[in-house]
Amino acid sequence: MALASPVDVTPPFLYPEYQASVLRAPSKRLVQVPAEWFHTIPGPVFGRIPVGPNDNDLLHQHAGDPIGLRIVLSGRVLDSDGRGVPGTLIEIWQTNASGRYVDPADPGFVPLDPNFTGAGRTITDSLGRYWFKTVKPAPYLGARGSWFRPAHIHVSLFNPAFGLRMITQCYFEGDPFIRTDPIVQAIPDPRGIDRLVAKVNVEGCDRTGEEATVAYDWDIVIRGQNATPMER
Amino acid sequence: MGLVLSPSQTSGPMYGFALIFEGCERAVEPDSPGAVLLEGRVLDGEGEPVAYPDAIVEVWHGEQWARSRTDADGVYRVVVARPDSSELDGVGTEAPYLNVDVFARGLLRAAQTRVYFPEEEPANAADPVLQLVPEERRHTLMGRREDGLLRFDIRLQGENETVFFDR
Repeated sequence: MALASPVDVTPPFLYPEYQASVLRAPSKRLVQVPAEWFHTIPGPVFGRIPVGPNDNDLLHQHAGDPIGLRIVLSGRVLDSDGRGVPGTLIEIWQTNASGRYVDPADPGFVPLDPNFTGAGRTITDSLGRYWFKTVKPAPYLGARGSWFRPAHIHVSLFNPAFGLRMITQCYFEGDPFIRTDPIVQAIPDPRGIDRLVAKVNVEGCDRTGEEATVAYDWDIVIRGQNATPMER
Repeated sequence: MGLVLSPSQTSGPMYGFALIFEGCERAVEPDSPGAVLLEGRVLDGEGEPVAYPDAIVEVWHGEQWARSRTDADGVYRVVVARPDSSELDGVGTEAPYLNVDVFARGLLRAAQTRVYFPEEEPANAADPVLQLVPEERRHTLMGRREDGLLRFDIRLQGENETVFFDR
């Protein structure tokens, strides 16, 4: 059984600088349920969530090419001991290169790209690896005009065998808005913030003409407390 | 010495085009035997609905799972099979329940709770997880039977705040 990380990276429910948390943050102490009570209980299966073989290529979901910097975001899902976590469903969603979501809830200050949707899915391989081809999203002004969010990709993680269900966000190295974003800054330890920042892998960039992409490395680390059945 | 974990972040309000798909709110068909229509509102500290597009509710138990986006009134609706009670080795017998996770704009991490079935006394009284909950707050985890459905409102904050778990 892996030891939990001693670094406190869990954002609090209430973070007043993030105004939306003020009336939505649970205020009472969470009830702790001993994790060991449930280690043999199977979690939900995600087989009903459709995952197509090309769902991790967001560059080729339409007739034409999307506008923007083409990137490959890749890495591994790891437990805190550094072991790959296979079979993890990763769902992502993001803006296009101008900072617009396809979602009808987007305020629509900036244009859509007819060749870009911005939603993808994949499942980690036997070593916990994943990749997405996409365009780099852009910072955007929040719907309420409050602040510019740093460019980010939303990432949903689901792995019943590891008791994993989490939603997080991937940010990009060098983005000045990371420092001023209350959603990021709610993370208590800077090492937790750094964990969410993808780094350019200069050597890993694809430099073959039409297919050229900038490589961003981004690993996801989860609590390793729920050992897989295979490990027992 | 472990690696630094990846922190949780809010889902934000823009997930709909990625996470919501045809049929995602149904783990089973509504007319199948034992199907439970679970419905309720997600409410903030002032009793206002956490309305479209802001909240997503996931309901799961065992191998079944369903997902719903709240509507303009903050209402989520899912269809799941009625769960059985389950044995926890060396701990006791759990009454039937469903896990309920809320993700929303304003929630930096998921609010995780459970809904129990009001007709399941005395199983509820013996449930080991309910016994971890202060007695005066257990009622916040109890669904309410209405015609044809189980109603479960989730109060994120304030009076009768729903019990949330760290699991």
